[in-house]
Amino acid sequence: MDDSMSPEEFAQVLRAKAHWVWLETLAVHRRAPETRIASSLSSVEIFTALYYGGVLRFDPKAPLADERDRCIISKGHGSICMYPILADLGFFPVEELQRVCHSGSFLGGIPDPVIPGYETINGSLGHGLGVAGGVALALKRQGKDRAVFVVTGDGELHEGANWEAIMFASHHRLDNLNLVVDDNEISMLGRTAQIVSHVSLVKRLEAFGWDCAEVDGHDVVAVTAAMQRMKIAAAGRPKALVAHTLKGHGVPGLEGADLCHIMNPKPEVIDRLLEARS
Amino acid sequence: MSAVRPIAMRDALLDRVWRAMSTDDRVFFVSADFGSPVLDRIREQFGDRFVNVGIAEQNLINVTAGLALEGYKVFAYAIAPFITMRCFEQVRVSLALLSQVRPMNVSLIGVGAGYSYVVSGPTHQCYEDLSVMRALPSVTVYSPADHVTTAALFDRCLGERGIKYLRLDAQVLPPIYDAAPPDVGAGFHVLRQGEHVVLVATGYMVHTALKAAERLAAAGLSVGVVDLFDLGGFAAERLRTVLARYAGIATLEEGFRGRGGLDAMLFEFAARRGLGVRMLNFGVEPGYRFELGTRGELHEQVGIGIEAVCRGVSSFAAEVRAAVGAQPECQAG
Repeated sequence: MDDSMSPEEFAQVLRAKAHWVWLETLAVHRRAPETRIASSLSSVEIFTALYYGGVLRFDPKAPLADERDRCIISKGHGSICMYPILADLGFFPVEELQRVCHSGSFLGGIPDPVIPGYETINGSLGHGLGVAGGVALALKRQGKDRAVFVVTGDGELHEGANWEAIMFASHHRLDNLNLVVDDNEISMLGRTAQIVSHVSLVKRLEAFGWDCAEVDGHDVVAVTAAMQRMKIAAAGRPKALVAHTLKGHGVPGLEGADLCHIMNPKPEVIDRLLEARS
Repeated sequence: MSAVRPIAMRDALLDRVWRAMSTDDRVFFVSADFGSPVLDRIREQFGDRFVNVGIAEQNLINVTAGLALEGYKVFAYAIAPFITMRCFEQVRVSLALLSQVRPMNVSLIGVGAGYSYVVSGPTHQCYEDLSVMRALPSVTVYSPADHVTTAALFDRCLGERGIKYLRLDAQVLPPIYDAAPPDVGAGFHVLRQGEHVVLVATGYMVHTALKAAERLAAAGLSVGVVDLFDLGGFAAERLRTVLARYAGIATLEEGFRGRGGLDAMLFEFAARRGLGVRMLNFGVEPGYRFELGTRGELHEQVGIGIEAVCRGVSSFAAEVRAAVGAQPECQAG
């Protein structure tokens, strides 16, 4: 974003960008219904804030340049909104978005690290945070000033390996580690509160020695501000931002439905929503 | 008399790690709450490149992956069944898959091959690791028989990119290579020449194979012995040449028989390379047992003890010789 922008202008640009990402994500799903749409719509503002809000340092022409902040996307299937973002930012040609899930494309139903801009393996849930812990420890030990962000879902936090990583991060005072939870409250077969309740993610993370904040995950301006605060905080504790979101955000019939993870909106519903694009 | 003092494989390896850490600040050591006296030196002197993740093997592997992504050459250390099977999904995803698209240098050190934790029972014993780790195409499996080979394999672990699994015995075993280390590039070493039958063994079973070969020689039967310590990366054509001299191969492993370990590897190798040999497999009788005993006693119970091997190889050799002897008659007939 341009430094000369006023906060109001910046907020306006961010909101417009988030809406554009939301539309383009729907467009990708319209062409590639194999992609998971509901969990990719709950995370639109999270990824918009990270990549357009000035939170992350990155270079689309050198995606693995050492100077970058590390962004580990653990909720792989639920990050299809990253496809239009990465294409728009120049990580790969925009035309690739036409070939999602096609033979020979590198953009699959679940993103892999062959996609420029993706750091690690995603989709097999519960690995990102542990790997991010190792990355954060390495950066600390090497004296490098880089932030590590990791994005998970709340359902994914049922995987016990996350809690090994959560204990590890606070013990090692990894205050360069920033966890963003897309807390859409729904995994595949229903609501996480009814499957195995997290009761309060904030209280649990705080009890494990993390600094925790909450935000409306669809207010991209608030998400951006919260991430920027989180990134610079260095009090010897890892940090988490619990973003309260709606799975299937903005799509009638999909939003908040218990089984929305495995639901596909009807093509005509998507087409009606996409009319706004022109 | 051996010129080399026997030490534990892990101490031989850790001593090399310790020395490497003093000259290469990219070497990092991660333990899952598992130690050794040599490890204490690493913890004291290189505390900035050592971390104990606690009893948390899943995190051990994921943290290892993160460190490796940032350029460290990582040695991860735990008890063999736990570093392979407790966290197999993490090994598969964060190491085996990821190392195919990102440069990573990781060595997984598993201590406690086979029955080497003799009185600890089947949770701590390890009879499946050769099969399960061999199933991952991007993981190199090393199974040394002594501390000399272990130390020699360290150079490959440190110098080569990729994911390596070292299966180490927990007991102090007498050195097999007391004059010079084997050529680790070959991945195997011919320890003894014989006639008709060759014993191909890995890890602790190399010792059993050598003892059996000596005893059989005293009884007038000469069998070859090959130590195969690199399961998969061995010099295939050279091994084929060695094995082609024999009409029978007996495999010896301290792992389940018929479950995808050394025996399966040799069956496949012989079939692919057109070795028309007979095969006999010594491996742990499939099933979990809870009896206590010495390692030798346990080995006899599951069919891989020295007595079982001598008996089995004697009758196998007789079969093989009979077949070889009968062959010209068959052809003539």
